[in-house]
Amino acid sequence: MNAPSKPNDWSAYPDAKGRFGDYGGLYVAETLMPLVLELDRAYTEAKNDPSFQSELKGYLTHYVGRPSPLYFAERLSRHLGGAKIYFKREELNHTGAHKINNCMGQILLAQRMGKTRIIAETGAGQHGVASATVTARFGLPCVVYMGAVDVARQKPNVFRMNLLGAEVRPVTSGAATLKDAMNEAMRDWVTNVDDTYYMIGTAAGPHPYPAMVRDFQAVIGTETREQIQEMEGRLPDAVVACVGGGSNAIGMFHPFLADESVKIYGVEASGHGLETDKHAASLTGGRPGVLHGNKTYLLQDEDGQILDAHSISAGLDYPGIGPEHSFLHDIGRAQYLTCTDDEALKAFQLCAELEGIIPALESAHAIAKLPQLAREIGEGGVIVLCLSGRGDKDIFTVADALGRTI
Amino acid sequence: MTKDRIDRRFAALKAEGRAAFVAYVMAGDPDAATALEIVRGLPAAGADIIELGFPFSDPMAEGPTIQRASQRALARKMTLNGTLDIVRAFREGDQDTPVILMGYLNPLVNRGFETFAKQAHDAGVDGLIVVDCPPEEADPLSDALEAEGLALIRLASPTTDDKRLPAVIRRTSGFVYYVSVAGVTGVKSADAADVAPAVERLRKASGLPVAVGFGIRTPEQAAAVARVADAAVVGSALVDEIESAAKLNENVTEKVLLKASELAKAVRSARVGTK
Repeated sequence: MNAPSKPNDWSAYPDAKGRFGDYGGLYVAETLMPLVLELDRAYTEAKNDPSFQSELKGYLTHYVGRPSPLYFAERLSRHLGGAKIYFKREELNHTGAHKINNCMGQILLAQRMGKTRIIAETGAGQHGVASATVTARFGLPCVVYMGAVDVARQKPNVFRMNLLGAEVRPVTSGAATLKDAMNEAMRDWVTNVDDTYYMIGTAAGPHPYPAMVRDFQAVIGTETREQIQEMEGRLPDAVVACVGGGSNAIGMFHPFLADESVKIYGVEASGHGLETDKHAASLTGGRPGVLHGNKTYLLQDEDGQILDAHSISAGLDYPGIGPEHSFLHDIGRAQYLTCTDDEALKAFQLCAELEGIIPALESAHAIAKLPQLAREIGEGGVIVLCLSGRGDKDIFTVADALGRTI
Repeated sequence: MTKDRIDRRFAALKAEGRAAFVAYVMAGDPDAATALEIVRGLPAAGADIIELGFPFSDPMAEGPTIQRASQRALARKMTLNGTLDIVRAFREGDQDTPVILMGYLNPLVNRGFETFAKQAHDAGVDGLIVVDCPPEEADPLSDALEAEGLALIRLASPTTDDKRLPAVIRRTSGFVYYVSVAGVTGVKSADAADVAPAVERLRKASGLPVAVGFGIRTPEQAAAVARVADAAVVGSALVDEIESAAKLNENVTEKVLLKASELAKAVRSARVGTK
């Protein structure tokens, strides 16, 4: 691969064509093209409108509960015996994950564009819940597409969405998980072009979604920068986050891209192991292709058919990844590690026992890499981990995996 | 040859004063051998142009019918090479009927555009329709196809406004495909009254024949479209025949070709007395 040299102006990405180097772009059916181009115009306008930004900030403060705390995980740090570990507590947001940061931005944009119906896809259900929450708050109807397999393994979140007034449509095509839910949401969008806004939950999809979702999630990294300087008087040596589509990760990473001293680590889900066909590590185990509106690393077979991903965590169970991660991977600005189901389960329990925090299984993938990173960075060093979500939704899955009954 | 075959076919039909009937089936549905048999039978059943789908795991613009066809084909291990094999075998007996491949971009990205274009040309393919490759992203694929004389057929839709039209028809050749409804394949019905002005606009802007598809299921609908457009495309209605015949253990080829001939007849007689 012909890697470009590291850019020094990170705000130059994506370019006017929605590209991060080779990745990103606008690969949608002609019927949707005018819609994504209009979205790009509307978002650019909103982004530069101080009244939009101050309205968003108001809701993030009073409704979402921002800023989220930066917490020194003292016992975990001592247990691991290396660098100091901080958690960026996104799990304390309203609805229990980082997803609401993006949904709040997009619902305000949808309203500004005069859209009257919201659709969304969801894997673990966290983005579905966040979408159902903001549509309830602003009084818009919401349809959430969710793979039938995920509907079964994330029942509490399905019930939450229903309580919030959203209609959850189970998707049975393909492997009946996140990628199939996304296909079905795109089919709905192309059928209802006049009134419908598609609220994509991760930093992927056709331009401007990868950039827009990143911008809405960048509040994570922006707050972290300020908080860590207050608490430690300096920038961290490393930031780490789990990566499925990669929205919490890019939100944490982006404000640190220009700080060359800050190492950046993403953690992909390697399921039963990279040597098996049951994993979700698109960067480590895939290659570039085109799916869901963007060019990015994908799990695919030798004929270019997309493979079903596997992870114990429904939120990481996706065969692609946001295009900006593909770019950061190729140029080497971020390093991407992998974590198996078993490692994530152990980290899940360790975090609960040592810190009194039950993390989402997604976030547990990042936690699982802390022993290695704390050792590498070493004593006197500082690592910030994005604790992207809370694990209440996962207790049934975890009990099952541990052979216990609830 | 290649896109010349498309041009020649439309020129001949223009002289006859009628629209083309374009039949879509999926490579490998219900299996490779039967799909070849169907494709070989289509010209005699009245198909003027054949659109052959190559399966993709995530067909985002398809309704349930063609989604299932894709899954059946993939379950029978149909591949891009397998699709080209069908075209090659068809070409042994037919040098005149244009064959357009229709599908999604990733299998082509995976193969490499230049390699694919050469292989497609050698197999006897005349053009490509790639649903998730809008003009903004099409240049690399257009370069590769044009070098082999293959057409990249562009799609226009009810949401394609005047501002966007020049971008859509830039570098297009063969014909323009008008997606007559905002939606997925085989679900909504096209309204001929809405279609007529859209076709006229596209014809004028592109100087090319305009084919209409996505919402045509019955001979009546096909005839109504054939009165105003240069071609009527039917896909899901044919694929439904394949599915139901296979389910009932009937002769799949016979059933689908019978359906094709009904549709072809409707298209051929649509303009009688109106010319």
